Amino acid sequence: MSYALTEFVLAILSIFQNKMFLRNFAAFLTLFFLISCSNNSSQDIDYKKSYEKELGGEIINAMIGEPSNLIAMIAGDSASSAIAGNIFNTLIKYDENLELEPELAQSWSISDDQKTIIFSLKPDLKWADGQPLTSHDIYFTWKLVTDPNTRTPYSSDYLLVKEARVIDDQTFSVRYEENYAPALDTWASLQILPKHLLENEDINNTFFSRKPTGSSFYQLDQWVSGQQVSLKKNPLSTQGEANINRLTSRIIPDTSSQFLELIADNIDLMNINPIQYQRVFPAREDLKKKIALYKELGNGYTYLGFNLNKEPFNDIRVRQAINYAIDKDEIIQGVLLGLGEPVASPYKPGTRWNNQSLKPYPYDTEKALRLLNEAGFTKNKDGFLERHGKKFEFEILTNQNKQREMTAVLVQRRLKEIGIDVNIRVIEWASFINRFIKTGEFGVVVLGWSLSLDPDQYNIWHSSQQGPGQFNFIGYKNNEVDKLLENGRRELDLDKREKIYHEFSKILLEDSPVVYLFAGYGLSAINKRVQGIKSPAPPAGIYENTQEWFIPKSLRRNEIAY
Amino acid sequence: MLIGISLISFFIMHLAPGDITSNEASFNPRASEESRQKLREIYNLDKPVIVQYGLWLQRISKLDFGNSFSSHQRPVLWQEKDKNGNITKGLIQEALPITLMINLLGILIIFSISIVLGTLASVRQNTWVDRSITLFVFIGFAIPGFWLALLLMYWTGVVNQWLPISGLHSPGYLNLSATAQFLDLLKHLALPVFISSLSGLAGISLYVRNGMLEVLNQDFITTARAKGINEKRVVFVHALKNAILPLITIVGLSIPGLIGGSVIAESIFAIPGMGKLFYDAVLMRDFPVIMGILTIGSFLTLIGNLLADLGYAWADPRVRKGLIQ
Amino acid sequence: MNAILKNPLALSGLIIILLIFFLALFAPILAPYDPNYIDIQSILVEPSPAHLMGTDGLGRDVFSRMLYGARISLLVGFVAVGIATLIGIILGSVAGFYRGWVDSLIMRLVDIMLSIPTFFLILAVIAFLTPSIWNIMIVIGLTSWMGVTRLVRAEFFSLRQREFVLAAETMGASDFKIIFHHLLPNSLTPVIVSSVLGIASAVLVESGLSFLGLGVQAPTASWGNILTDGKEYIQFAWWLSLFPGLAILFTVLGYNLLGEGLRDILDPKNKNK
Repeated sequence: MSYALTEFVLAILSIFQNKMFLRNFAAFLTLFFLISCSNNSSQDIDYKKSYEKELGGEIINAMIGEPSNLIAMIAGDSASSAIAGNIFNTLIKYDENLELEPELAQSWSISDDQKTIIFSLKPDLKWADGQPLTSHDIYFTWKLVTDPNTRTPYSSDYLLVKEARVIDDQTFSVRYEENYAPALDTWASLQILPKHLLENEDINNTFFSRKPTGSSFYQLDQWVSGQQVSLKKNPLSTQGEANINRLTSRIIPDTSSQFLELIADNIDLMNINPIQYQRVFPAREDLKKKIALYKELGNGYTYLGFNLNKEPFNDIRVRQAINYAIDKDEIIQGVLLGLGEPVASPYKPGTRWNNQSLKPYPYDTEKALRLLNEAGFTKNKDGFLERHGKKFEFEILTNQNKQREMTAVLVQRRLKEIGIDVNIRVIEWASFINRFIKTGEFGVVVLGWSLSLDPDQYNIWHSSQQGPGQFNFIGYKNNEVDKLLENGRRELDLDKREKIYHEFSKILLEDSPVVYLFAGYGLSAINKRVQGIKSPAPPAGIYENTQEWFIPKSLRRNEIAY
Repeated sequence: MLIGISLISFFIMHLAPGDITSNEASFNPRASEESRQKLREIYNLDKPVIVQYGLWLQRISKLDFGNSFSSHQRPVLWQEKDKNGNITKGLIQEALPITLMINLLGILIIFSISIVLGTLASVRQNTWVDRSITLFVFIGFAIPGFWLALLLMYWTGVVNQWLPISGLHSPGYLNLSATAQFLDLLKHLALPVFISSLSGLAGISLYVRNGMLEVLNQDFITTARAKGINEKRVVFVHALKNAILPLITIVGLSIPGLIGGSVIAESIFAIPGMGKLFYDAVLMRDFPVIMGILTIGSFLTLIGNLLADLGYAWADPRVRKGLIQ
Repeated sequence: MNAILKNPLALSGLIIILLIFFLALFAPILAPYDPNYIDIQSILVEPSPAHLMGTDGLGRDVFSRMLYGARISLLVGFVAVGIATLIGIILGSVAGFYRGWVDSLIMRLVDIMLSIPTFFLILAVIAFLTPSIWNIMIVIGLTSWMGVTRLVRAEFFSLRQREFVLAAETMGASDFKIIFHHLLPNSLTPVIVSSVLGIASAVLVESGLSFLGLGVQAPTASWGNILTDGKEYIQFAWWLSLFPGLAILFTVLGYNLLGEGLRDILDPKNKNK
């Protein structure tokens, strides 16, 4: 016994002695592995040279979950919409500068009373199965999305259309009851489905959702359940030809496994986290050589939200005080390693809707304490704030998201410093929504909003949107804001609209129903074999022009791996 | 017995807050009241719990496990054909064979290795061989599986490209010949099978060792030795046969673990087995799937136990005689 | 005690466990930093004299977190197994003493629980009830009492026929007295062994739950969640996964060695050797 034990201890000790413990550990492990068929032929590839565009090749990416349903209006998960986006077209779309441009439509016009939009389609559009794509398909899709039997969360925007009409095979018009400013935006997100294949199907439960026929650059090739979804080029694409032949998405639930696959060259593309971006890559020459990193500001922000129906958060001074007491720069440095921007309005920094004159609440504990004193809080003998003999304490709820957890921890420390006792509770998403958000049983949450490109945020801030399961779950109510939001969705003049939303942002900041914490950068690592990626990222992000990406022949992976 | 299992499963389902139609884990304000009403009708949620349970049992007895709540609405158990003849495979139908394959391979490895180790340890009882085997199997048991898995993936997949890192097949495997496909699959299974066997290895090796020690002290072995039978024959034929007999029962007992598979190994290695299916269903509050897996899993366990009992009876001459008499 | 000292398995297990207990108990004295102290100036610093085990993604000292994490991991192990053992002893005694329909009822319950994949049960319950350290301990406890029940029952069965129990019965001792004075004390041996082994698996289950995000929740440190934090950077910030990995390994190893050692020592068959 003692012999074996000594040997074991010695082995462990030698592991400790050597900083490169992995090598030792690995040598230790080779005892178990008598396989020896190494093919470490690391040919040197010159990634710096500029390559000519060549058609063909395959790009492999990783996703965390399996798409559930390739009909985007039904699915609602991000894996599904990522794949469906390569198969289906919309009438119009956002270009790289986030301006609307034609997709299936070749043009559109808005009537003088601003209530009717007429789309005229490009000629000779075809579905991947060769059938013509006409305005009947558009009408059919609109009918589907507004049908009460269709289980879609996206119907409300389209229900505002009072009348939709097929004028002829290439012309389609919609008429709204009232001016609806986000109307065009909604037509840039509705993927058009083929009438001839779905007419007699139950949209909620149809085989089409696993074997779709679309009109965009790619069509489904193979779907191996639980493992991968492969798309191949659609020769009849309505938008011209894509460069890369195949897009394969492998389902790899664990991100550490994804990262291993990336550095082993088995996948070309994945989303990474700030530590990988700022620390791991800079430290690893071998990775930097073959993998390029991209960052783009995401269209969303993380915030600390108060339950405004609860004491003491119904007091604006308390909310402002907490806002002053939180050091947002520290959070951006600590949680995102600097890969984020401070925000002062609910719009993406750099877009026209963002009111640049607004500045985030600075970190100022004195001001925070003064406001809390005004609100009736005084320090007790333990150093905590109290009011009417009750200690100021609350619980921050957040879901299982590493960044939000870490953010909550930093907030907790800063608030403790001014005398507020904060606990953190991390809850799995489904419980979080069902048990706390939908019931209003929470004090403070750390959450994020991702935003659409249209500035309308009626759903989030209007006082009518407070029902269970609705987005204004914090219970925000401000008559002025209500009015601005109502006007904003009716105003079609962009400059006037901009003014409305700037004003709205200003009131919101002042009211402080949420503390804006940060807008993080989306970080991607992409193997350098993939060329043609725009860098720096245009406003719409690097994924805007994937059809123009290409993989030079000399850089392609062997067709059969291993 | 089955009723007890289904009761527990049913009880767990009702632990979740809210009614089960609020399952949609999405933050979806417009999850239409109508569709929820429909679900309530299908699952009889407007009726008292005991009636719900009865109705549910009725459906299960017809092997009707319903469809997933997720937006793909795939059948929980077995494939369905739509009116155009397209076949949608059942979730359990797809996941169970994968999990069983991995675990049967695992059992094979566990048994072959641990019988060797256990016998070796017992024959060399209290020597360093015995102790290092004991220590080795204990370390195997004590290492957190996912940690070791990641280290091994790094070592065999990144540093040396011996084995694929995750998944069940290489992306282009459909273009390979049948043999190459099989080899491809084996390579993908090597690490997951190894990781999921580690913890079993410790238990079974010790079991064999202790069993052997017990048998080796019994009279018939002493008799055999006294008769001058070769020691190797004594150990490997007479003793071993008796010592591994109880293992048959252990296989039966370990079936729930096998069907449960390993949620963790399946997530790490990206294997779409039962563990992953269950975990996802739990996170999505996909109750038909949760209930389906718990029920089917327990049912298979019962069958497994029955088979193990029969196998034991068949293998043990004492019991066999008893049966005939 | 002497026997333990003579048994190398048990002794090495005991030493490991005592060491970890010591570290956990004196965590506040031994820890150089507050385990939750965030220092964004020193994120992911390699092990050095200032930070013996380096720092994590928020600049917290891993060594201090490991020490406090030991408390959580030990607590989870002990309370979970305590609950399981308690339930097991009660049900096992009742079944073993009263036999008949009570016994068959309890044994059916045992069979049912044994045929449901335990980890599934734990996952479902914890996810539905939201993970907290108490929920985790209770759920692990409630799903692992079956072994103890069977052991106690079997012991009772064999003890009941022994003279001293029969004597007590004829002397008119109450059921309660027979159970607690005669039967239980004599059937605890295998229970102790299985409890020690049970603690080992509870520690592993907690780390597995952490991996799935259902373990002890941040910011409380447990070995499981430190290890899970570290898994993303296993090739870069190796210290984040190495130390908790080894800690779990040694703890589980310690309990197992002790358990197996105790089994050898307490097994009456080994006594005459």
